[in-house]
Amino acid sequence: MTIHLSIILFLPLATGLIGAFLPRGLSRWVVLAGTIAVLAYWIAMVADFPRSGGGLQYVTQDMWIDELGISYALGVDGLNLFLIGLTAVLWVGATLAACFREWDRPRLFFFHMALAETAVLGAFMAQDLALFVVFFDLMLVPFYFLIGAWGEYRRVYSVTKLVIYTLAGSLLMLAGAVALGVLSGTNSGQEISFLFSDLQQRTLPEGTQNWIFWLFAIAFLVKMPAFPFHGWMPDGYRAAPIPVLIVFSGVLSKVGAYGFLRIVLPTMPDASVKFQEVLIIVAVVSILYGSILAFSQDNARLVVGYSSVAQLGFITLGIFALDDKGAQGALLQMVTHGLVVAPLFYIIWVLSQRARGSELLSNMGGLAVRAPVLAGLFLVVTLATLAMPGSANFVGELLVLFGAFDSKLVYGIVASAGVALAAVYMIRFYQRSMHYRTGLEVASREMSLRDGLVLVPLVVVILALSVYPQLVLDRSEDATKGKIAPATEVANR
Amino acid sequence: MITLLAEVKGPYIDWAPLSPDLAVTTGAVVVLMAGLLPGRTHRMLAPLLTLVTLGTVIGLAIWQWEPGDQGTLVSGALTSDTLSLAVTIIVCLTGIATVLLSWRSVVLHEVGGGEFYALLLSSVMGMMMLAGAENLVVLFVAFELLSIPLYVLCASRVRREPSLESGLKYLIVGSVGSATLLYGLAFVYGATGSTDFSKISDAIASEVGIGDPLMLIGVAFIATGLAFKASVAPFHTWTPDVYQGAPTPITAFMAVATKAAAFGVFLRLFVDALGSAQTNWAPALAALATITIIVGNVGALAQRSMKRLLAWSSVGQAGYLLAGVVVGTELGLQATMFYLAVYGLMNIAAFAVVIARERVHEAGDDIDALEHLGRTSPWLAWPMTIAMLSLAGFPATAGFIGKFYLIDTTVQGDYAWLGVMIVIGSIISLGYYLRVVAVMWLGAVDYEIVAPVRRRVARVGGWSPEADARAQPEVAFVAILTAAATIFFGIYPNPLFDAAVDVGSSLAHLF
Repeated sequence: MTIHLSIILFLPLATGLIGAFLPRGLSRWVVLAGTIAVLAYWIAMVADFPRSGGGLQYVTQDMWIDELGISYALGVDGLNLFLIGLTAVLWVGATLAACFREWDRPRLFFFHMALAETAVLGAFMAQDLALFVVFFDLMLVPFYFLIGAWGEYRRVYSVTKLVIYTLAGSLLMLAGAVALGVLSGTNSGQEISFLFSDLQQRTLPEGTQNWIFWLFAIAFLVKMPAFPFHGWMPDGYRAAPIPVLIVFSGVLSKVGAYGFLRIVLPTMPDASVKFQEVLIIVAVVSILYGSILAFSQDNARLVVGYSSVAQLGFITLGIFALDDKGAQGALLQMVTHGLVVAPLFYIIWVLSQRARGSELLSNMGGLAVRAPVLAGLFLVVTLATLAMPGSANFVGELLVLFGAFDSKLVYGIVASAGVALAAVYMIRFYQRSMHYRTGLEVASREMSLRDGLVLVPLVVVILALSVYPQLVLDRSEDATKGKIAPATEVANR
Repeated sequence: MITLLAEVKGPYIDWAPLSPDLAVTTGAVVVLMAGLLPGRTHRMLAPLLTLVTLGTVIGLAIWQWEPGDQGTLVSGALTSDTLSLAVTIIVCLTGIATVLLSWRSVVLHEVGGGEFYALLLSSVMGMMMLAGAENLVVLFVAFELLSIPLYVLCASRVRREPSLESGLKYLIVGSVGSATLLYGLAFVYGATGSTDFSKISDAIASEVGIGDPLMLIGVAFIATGLAFKASVAPFHTWTPDVYQGAPTPITAFMAVATKAAAFGVFLRLFVDALGSAQTNWAPALAALATITIIVGNVGALAQRSMKRLLAWSSVGQAGYLLAGVVVGTELGLQATMFYLAVYGLMNIAAFAVVIARERVHEAGDDIDALEHLGRTSPWLAWPMTIAMLSLAGFPATAGFIGKFYLIDTTVQGDYAWLGVMIVIGSIISLGYYLRVVAVMWLGAVDYEIVAPVRRRVARVGGWSPEADARAQPEVAFVAILTAAATIFFGIYPNPLFDAAVDVGSSLAHLF
């Protein structure tokens, strides 16, 4: 079977455009069908994907803009295969969640949802740096409208802050990307090319790498967000409507981490080694800072939001351990974190409906009384988030820590405190909302069938991956090793 | 006596490459005459003839389009190469847009249609000549031919004070710019002994050198004079006032066409005539570009009036364009022309929407006039959104490709820091471009929005301002078409790139 990546890539956008011209009631189902089709196509792709050592598959490569040396190049390898899968799964969940609610101007809403999926898929599939930048920046446009027009709590202020933060990073990356492509071309005396495969071979002198590295690093750290660049996160997370937040937190934050593995480490190995320690410190601080703040928040969204900061700290730590195990763990962690964040945000939505719309933990409590199924699903997700042994998250965190122990023992030990802290804030979150004395305004009731339609499949995926994390690990091993090999070579020199 | 005369030979003139200039001159005269026709015929006739003229000029320019060095016409006064033809095409397309945007404008009832369009055409003529000038004297004549009709056009809403103020302000500031330019031209002539660009270039390369004080002062004054016209900071101060006061179609014309012509001559003068001294003038222009980017984008942040906002934004954009001039390479030439074309598209889209709104909304050109536009008239809101996102440099719009091209150029020309300045400017610019988008789409609505009543208002005595204001299909047409082109060239920019490469080849002897 031949897989055409362009079909997966533009299918959501096409359904969004079709939906924009259909009657209001119909457009959502068209977009949902599109996301399901993407997921089905992805499953076919995984089935077809070689179990190990396949290299780049299903490559599509054409010249896009000759004069600038930009290609339209797509490809899938072990590194992005499961991130594409994560995108496909979460978009089905988020679109389904959105379908069950009435939106003002629904066609526009679902068009933006579809456009966002295309942009994210494009960023993951792109094998050309310029194309990556295009999709990376394009992602912001639909989210600007989704959060700004359909959000809650000070939405315009929050979304403006969010977009300016992230686009500042993206635009710096644009300058960095142009510089990387052009300078590596002129430096090696060859035609300018932005293909990752070409960039990886034409390494720049260390001095040049150093400044370009930071242009990229800031963009990715803002996107994640990591500790000093997370200023947009609390407002942005509170403003976003839940279906949007599911994909925003679940998938978009991973694009930053993915960028480190795909672009920064292979093309700028010298700078990556040079600044390894700085990035590890950023990661460790993010872990501790995120964990402590997650513990002290009353707003449920921010508990999850700050826990994401901590989890992405783990991912950064794994990547910049510059170690095979660390990178593998980071990749697995990206997938599993995306999978747990989505149901968590959905559960917050369900809980707030039972607490008179309040998302504050102090207004919840005792919600488990008449909702055993909801409590059970929530518990599974909670335990997965705090990386209970047996969950795929545990495997991921363990691999990250092994990687860190191997390369930078001290930071590894500090970071492992984060594992314990995760248990603290997640159990606090679970107890305060589900147990404790019943809140004054709380009306506990079981979740509806519709909620089950969204939640159960996501929890099933979490459980399946916990049973069989090798699904990800086997197929991604060669790719992650390949991406950090240039940096480890430099480090061992 | 007769034999004597026979021996005076006029210069050889190749008429074919001059045909665009001849066409526009003829058109201007015919339109002026048509304006004298009695009755209401001229109301339709003058704009139609203007459109025909501009269309013809574009056709002739495409006919004359020939990549590569073209040599000079009329004893070295003018040239008709791809650089000048590209500017011609941009200017004429802007002219067509201006005619459509002013079709039902109140201006035409205050001044005669014939005069209005004839002045527009003569300004177009000046811009075409300016981009093709190969001689300092022609340059100055063209510069004035461009400016003087614009002074009048700015003041053409004769019953509105801001318009008159705008015209007067532009006249005074523009004259200072012209005088500075002329002074600089005189110095350069003094230093090199020639008014021909090619001879100036030879003189700099051989005996005079850029270090000559006369030459230095001359170049500095010329740069200042042109900077006035291109609204490059710190000579931009007239821009917001004049843009705001002028009739909006004329503002759109000034924002795009004047800038295209000014950057056309910037490129030819600096890259061609002064090209051998690039290392000397480039740092100065780079500094100007940096100041312009910062000043323009910061200035726009606090604007409420859309016309002022776009004026400040055009200052910032001039800074980006100047970055392409700074590197002084073939690539710089290409990138600047590419960005000029793209800049024209997105600005016309934005101005068209402003015009459509100010005709029907009591807030005029205030940003409030755009409130909830996404709900009430999405066909105007989308073009504006696309224009704003493109100006800010979002991908999938032509503005992104243009910025990419400019940054690419600066990096290759060893001015990577200027590329970073472009990026920083874009980051600042998000503050105001996104505000416009936010007003249109993100406004909270907790009340019923009354959709504008669509009704046909009968014309009374041949003209009803209300009917004109409501029925504005041509304005929406311009907005949608330019916005669609912005998206099209953002996804498939190759036709524009081909044209840009042709333009780059026009000064091939230099590189």
